[in-house]
Amino acid sequence: MNFDFSDDQKLLKEQLRKFLTDKCPTKVVRRVLDGNETHADEVWKGLVDLGVPATGIPEEYGGLGLSPLELCVIAEEVGRAAAPVPFDTSVVLATEALKLAGSDAQKKKWLSELAAGKAIGTLAIAEGPQPPKPRGIRTTFGGGRLNGKKVPVADGEAATFAVVLANTGGQGDRAVSLVLVDLTQAAVSKKRVETIDPARKHAELTFKDANAEFLGAEGEGWRTLERLYDAAAVYFAFAQVGGAEAAMWMARDYALQRQAFGRAIGSYQAIKHKLADCYVKLELARSNAYYGAMMLTDGGADLPLAAAAARIAATDAYDFASKENIQTHGGIGFTWEADTQFHYRRARVMALALGGPMAWKDKLVSRLEQKNAA
Amino acid sequence: MDFNDTPEEAAFRKEVRAWLDANATRKSDDKASFRARNDDPELLKKAKAWQDMKAKAGYARITWPKEYGGRGGSPILQVIYQQEEANYLVPLGFFDIGLGMCIPTMMAYASPEHLQRYVKPALHGDEVWCQLFSEPAAGSDVAGIRTRAERAKLPDGGDGWVINGQKVWTSGAHYSDYGIIITRTDPNVPKHAGLTMFFLSMKTPGVEVRPIKQMSGGANFNEVFFTDVRIPDSQRLGKVGEGWKAALTTLMNERLAVGMPSGGLDVDELMELARDTDLEDGPAIRNQQVRSKIADWYVQQQGLKLTRYRTLTALSKGQTPGPESSIIKIVAAPKMQDMGAFAMELMGPAGIMKEEVPHAAGFQAQWIGGAGFRIAGGTDEILRNIVAERVLGMPADVRVDKDVPFNKLK
Repeated sequence: MNFDFSDDQKLLKEQLRKFLTDKCPTKVVRRVLDGNETHADEVWKGLVDLGVPATGIPEEYGGLGLSPLELCVIAEEVGRAAAPVPFDTSVVLATEALKLAGSDAQKKKWLSELAAGKAIGTLAIAEGPQPPKPRGIRTTFGGGRLNGKKVPVADGEAATFAVVLANTGGQGDRAVSLVLVDLTQAAVSKKRVETIDPARKHAELTFKDANAEFLGAEGEGWRTLERLYDAAAVYFAFAQVGGAEAAMWMARDYALQRQAFGRAIGSYQAIKHKLADCYVKLELARSNAYYGAMMLTDGGADLPLAAAAARIAATDAYDFASKENIQTHGGIGFTWEADTQFHYRRARVMALALGGPMAWKDKLVSRLEQKNAA
Repeated sequence: MDFNDTPEEAAFRKEVRAWLDANATRKSDDKASFRARNDDPELLKKAKAWQDMKAKAGYARITWPKEYGGRGGSPILQVIYQQEEANYLVPLGFFDIGLGMCIPTMMAYASPEHLQRYVKPALHGDEVWCQLFSEPAAGSDVAGIRTRAERAKLPDGGDGWVINGQKVWTSGAHYSDYGIIITRTDPNVPKHAGLTMFFLSMKTPGVEVRPIKQMSGGANFNEVFFTDVRIPDSQRLGKVGEGWKAALTTLMNERLAVGMPSGGLDVDELMELARDTDLEDGPAIRNQQVRSKIADWYVQQQGLKLTRYRTLTALSKGQTPGPESSIIKIVAAPKMQDMGAFAMELMGPAGIMKEEVPHAAGFQAQWIGGAGFRIAGGTDEILRNIVAERVLGMPADVRVDKDVPFNKLK
């Protein structure tokens, strides 16, 4: 039985934690939250220097060629710090999309630029209200030209390229394809949009006859996206576990220090049991996330089920810890100057990014039905 | 990452399987169990015979030192044995308390002569032990017990003690031969300081065992009354007034439960039921509320299994497991109760009838049993306190009785 990370992976995690504790304390998150910058560029550059974007990219494309397990421990630390950097978008979604569906030429160009920190990628799926689905996509791609509007796109301003879900005219699930588009061209316009988490900037991207190319085969967009989301769900789960743990300890520390009715509020069972519940949800999430990581690494047949379980457990753990962290803090926790808001906001952004728990629970049961029928 | 055995573990597993194949019947169905009624005297006889076979083959307590009939093996080997044994139709559950808690406490405190006398018969299933801790007025707060032990001369003129009081929820007392008992020897000091531990024969004059019928219909635990029960001072475990320390030794030995099979109905059976249940708009399995609940319980079921795997990983590497296994009962017990209740709801009004719908009895048993499981061996509430205090480092509850002599408490 070896259901744990290796000593080297734990060392890598320690290294990331040290770097982020030092370079990305909460005042950096606040700076981005309050300010105009798209992300904390000095933190991002530091992560690039540490080889973070290169971690999961094969060596032939200029990456470090490490396993998903290394990227999982990194994700946990980025999540713990609620770091305002394009990690979920560029290191997870865009990189994995290229790995899953990119041609050799596309990988050569974009993966090596990602690995070197010269490119930032993102994924552009949603088009305003309504959860995305194959039949509702209005952005079109044909004759090498992309037209339409995507919103919200995480890191849309910082990104230099995007993987876009576009209507390419097929039937049913085959109506959509993934398309790769360079965002530095004049035919692309970017506009910042206000969201619940100003520490993670989002944008509206408008394409007017933008040059673009298929990423993967025409009509395969929705299927590739499902596979991409399974991989991303595992990495997101680690980031959510890291965030949940940070929120839990923030609440614990405050509960030890804050006095009410003559003693620390952390000595009351109402608070103790709430935080014990945070721990219970956290460990359920961690265990499910580990299995997701194991399936991702081995290419195990259980990945779709493991990814869904990891996603559901981690979303629940992060939502719960981040909201009860505010509650434990009381009034001060609801102020702009308190750090409690960072995880509360990030938890919801992460919960919605790949589709919320309702959709994933439905998916999980469908996958369970398929497995039982097999 | 993998779930594989190390070469040493694999070899041991193979050896265990071969021995079990040769000596027991493999279960045809993994839900089959011998444990349903362990108040059945016939079953006890079979269990004793099986325990004896295990002990002779060296599988009864793998982690115990060889001098006590163990094999000085690592905890992971004990877990592997239990995992394999769970696949066979053998009677279990009678010796867990004795061998898991009572005898280890004896090993820590009893004289070499006593160990010589008691360990082997316990290991071979000849003598069953029980743990006499809880009382009507002391459940979660075990240190609040009132059963008195007072110094007395024995009829043979030797130094001894006389015990008066009552214990309750004593599992297996009705078929036990011996027990370890925590008593109050000094009511003039605060509660933790006035306790002393002993062991005694359940046949000692003045000991009376009355089974308690549980809500589930079974009667596995008991009230035990002590009326002028006289025992020699040599049956004391630890120093006078240090019974709390001894009790903690007993409770610490509750580990290794992580490898125990969970068994029982789970998400697979719930899905089967949901497929077979017609709601107004089609099969229940297509209903989003039903699916949402199935998903939640699947995530918990997987989370518990995988959390155990993390603990086993530490054992396999010879490390001390982290605190993650402290979540298991907090999740498993309410899940049992809630899933049982929900499954019954799916069956409609007939969900209250036994055996009318497939799995009805099983889910009803979970719903009933879950109510007990949330209390036994640490209530949901006490376990949350333990997580908060030991894992999160939060303050212990305020104890207004901590420094007050026991006999001055209201």
